[in-house]
Amino acid sequence: MSVVKMKLNGKAVSGDVEARTLLVDFIRQYQGMTGTHVGCDTSQCGACVVHVNGKAIKSCTTLAVACEGAEVTTVEGLAKGGDLHAMQAAFKEHHGLQCGFCTPGMIMSAIDIVKRNGKNVSEDVIRRELSGNICRCTGYHNIVKAVQAGAANM
Amino acid sequence: MADTKTGIGASVRRKEDLRFITGKGNYTDDINLKDQTIGYFLRSPHAHAKIKGINTAKARKMDGVVGIFTGEDVAKDKLGGLICGWMIHSKDGSPMKAGPHPVLALDKVRFVGDQVALIVAETKEQARAAAQAIVVSYDVLPHVVDVAKAMKSKANVHDLAPDNRVFNWSLGNEADTNAAFAKAAHVTSMDIVNNRLIPNAMEPRAAIGSYDTGTESYTLYTTSQNPHVARLVISAFHGLAPEHKLRVIAPDVGGGFGSKIFIYGEEVACVWASKFIGGRPIKWTGERSESFLCDAHGRDHVTKAELAMDASGKITGMRVHTKASMGAYLSTFSAAVPTYLYGTLLSGQYNIPNIYVEVDAIYTNTAPVDAYRGAGRPEATYVVERLVETAARELKMDPAEFRRKNFVTSFPHQTPVIMMYDAGDYGASLDKALAMADYKNFTSRKAESAKNGKLRGVGFSAYIEACGIAPSAAVGSLGAGVGLWESAEVRVNPIGTVEILTGSHSHGQGHETTFAQLVSERLGVDINNVLIVHGDTDKVQMGMGTYGSRSGAVGMTAISKALDKIEAKAKKIAAAVMESSVNDVEFKDGTFTIKGTDKKMGFGEVALASYLGHKFNTSEIELGLKESAFHDPSNFVFPAGVHICEVEVDVDTGLTKIASYTAVDDFGNLINPMIVEGQVQGGVAQGIGQALLEGAVYDEDSGQLLTGSFMDYNMPRAANMPHIENFQLGFTCTPCPSNPLGMKGCGEAGAIAAPPAVINAITHALGVRDIAMPATPLTVWTAMQSMKIAAE
Repeated sequence: MSVVKMKLNGKAVSGDVEARTLLVDFIRQYQGMTGTHVGCDTSQCGACVVHVNGKAIKSCTTLAVACEGAEVTTVEGLAKGGDLHAMQAAFKEHHGLQCGFCTPGMIMSAIDIVKRNGKNVSEDVIRRELSGNICRCTGYHNIVKAVQAGAANM
Repeated sequence: MADTKTGIGASVRRKEDLRFITGKGNYTDDINLKDQTIGYFLRSPHAHAKIKGINTAKARKMDGVVGIFTGEDVAKDKLGGLICGWMIHSKDGSPMKAGPHPVLALDKVRFVGDQVALIVAETKEQARAAAQAIVVSYDVLPHVVDVAKAMKSKANVHDLAPDNRVFNWSLGNEADTNAAFAKAAHVTSMDIVNNRLIPNAMEPRAAIGSYDTGTESYTLYTTSQNPHVARLVISAFHGLAPEHKLRVIAPDVGGGFGSKIFIYGEEVACVWASKFIGGRPIKWTGERSESFLCDAHGRDHVTKAELAMDASGKITGMRVHTKASMGAYLSTFSAAVPTYLYGTLLSGQYNIPNIYVEVDAIYTNTAPVDAYRGAGRPEATYVVERLVETAARELKMDPAEFRRKNFVTSFPHQTPVIMMYDAGDYGASLDKALAMADYKNFTSRKAESAKNGKLRGVGFSAYIEACGIAPSAAVGSLGAGVGLWESAEVRVNPIGTVEILTGSHSHGQGHETTFAQLVSERLGVDINNVLIVHGDTDKVQMGMGTYGSRSGAVGMTAISKALDKIEAKAKKIAAAVMESSVNDVEFKDGTFTIKGTDKKMGFGEVALASYLGHKFNTSEIELGLKESAFHDPSNFVFPAGVHICEVEVDVDTGLTKIASYTAVDDFGNLINPMIVEGQVQGGVAQGIGQALLEGAVYDEDSGQLLTGSFMDYNMPRAANMPHIENFQLGFTCTPCPSNPLGMKGCGEAGAIAAPPAVINAITHALGVRDIAMPATPLTVWTAMQSMKIAAE
């Protein structure tokens, strides 16, 4: 066991973890933040996407100890005060979610896509870059619309 | 007045979204109970084997192990086995052959993944380590995974069915149908395979079972589409505890698509075993590999189908013989899927005077097969629409006009396969779809594609489905073990806010919004003052849950009936308070007025008055404002529509791209068009997934599931779907006459309609008669090679 310290949504947190403890388990089980989900065991579905030092990563394939000293942001850390992040608001406005299970990962990936590709990111790029996020409900149609709208407002 | 921005017909943004977009959802795996343990299932590595012995001695001594349970423990405690809730009789009158389906395997395992033991430990790592230390001795038996071969296989899945056949069911008039074929001017005959699918809701199944030693009662948190049905089955058939001693809670559920209707062994085992570890809660969260192996799969039909026509191109008969895989056990509603949800839809949108269908339901050493989005109706639609498209091509008729020529045009229409279509205008949907898809200019688009080395094709799917499942007496007479009504309770609080308790369950469908829209419209209450309560057997008395596109047509009608009673009672109270006759009270836009006077009371004032009891005689009018209703539909509802798909096939690679997709649907009246469109988009994506990407594959030699992860089973991704501007939705409307809201169901339509539209388009592009689903690049490329279609 070893102690890992990081900043989670702006707050200093620490935990005594095993070397094999995954970041997603540290977030969900040690810190009790359950917005980040686990939808598969092969790093394919993207329900677990969080930002580590500003980059989107899959927290189901990242060791907690590898995030020593990192700044980690989950979906819970996006809204500031009572104001939703532009991407969160866009998902609601454009009906970009149904069951909501993939949504946290989708939103975290979407923000990352916009950060890297700019506000005018094309539909093709959005669709290609969402290949690591699986949604079974929406058919992606409204997710893509939401990402475009969120991008414009970010 | 009812704010038209939140009433019926408005695309209200969803009330439930806030918690989901901020990470505050409450899914089963998000819940942790005091003293909780972790459950883990040891599963069969073999497709078929006798269990000679299970040695748990070493595992029991390992760190953190709290308990280990096997099929023998289950049997010793006399916990009942899993049931199939629909009895089907073969055409010779004999009942279906339902083999034993124990909660944990007893004596035998019948598919790879069959659960053999439940290991309970303090942590998941400990449970998993202990599972690896359990030694199971197996005698491996012959197995069969292919439904087409199972009846002649030496493998015998269940002793009571020596040829692996569960039943041989038929519907329709065989002699008349044969006579129609004997007289036919043209017969189109096809072998049609409906590929096996794995539902893959994004939230894996999960359960937390606990036993309260003080009250001697159980609680089960579970990922269920129908918690009340789960409680009923676990009480009445497993015999775990009577209903008042068992609470089932289905909190936020991350998608279902049918796979979370069923009662599975894992959930039952967790809640049962808790009693033996001092009542400590046992939490099991399925891994995705377990979802692939053990969630009930869908489809898996092998069919021979024929269509008879007269010289003018009028359809005169249809004959169908299907082999339907049931997997290794009969899952909860499995027997209904290839029978009454399938054979009854074979008339499609067409006037077909003679239909005969025969279905052999067959055991295989695979995961159980049960309802998956559409359940039987996608299989029927695929048969009908592939036959009709192919027949039109053989007759050299335009496929749209061939369909139109055979459409049912007068209603009600009695088909030869039970269903009474109540309303529809199939020609209107076809016209609208043709216009939206710009069908008349297809040839110029085809020429344009050809310049880019692409083969372009167009395919139709004129689907119909029967949903809003279903009239209780009707399904009872057909073998259902339950009635398929729905319940609702409307509780008006003293300050006029409203709580709706419904037996429906929302797991993505947006009930918290659409149901509130109905209440807002009817009572003139702000939508934010309406709460929809569902998914907890301690809160909602009884309900049948959500599947078969029933929550609008059946669930909302129950709410509507309870609202009728609320309105009647509130009118009485308003009349008494305003000292008028109840016959003079009018209620509109949230205000009660007295005809011919300026007297009025707001809905909130009447609500308050109903609880104060100061201003009316409480011996004449009972206090309070709370009403409930049950609704049993009088008929199925019949959504129908026309979907048109255009594909472009790359000649070099065989890659198929959806160039455009047009869906025109008649769902009757829409409550929230935004949500309805979302249902269609999602359904179509699943249908495109079936047609192009998805297919469960078992290895014939080993019986192993080869498509056991998202790396092997190709789920639709964003880039597989048509571009936003190339995916058009349209609606026509013939209101449903059998419910007061005029609603039909919309949840399954896309998944039902899309597969034949896509495959008809690909076969059109290639000029081939058939292509197997999923039409992967390899499959398409191979077909092109055999046709010698090559790039210029």
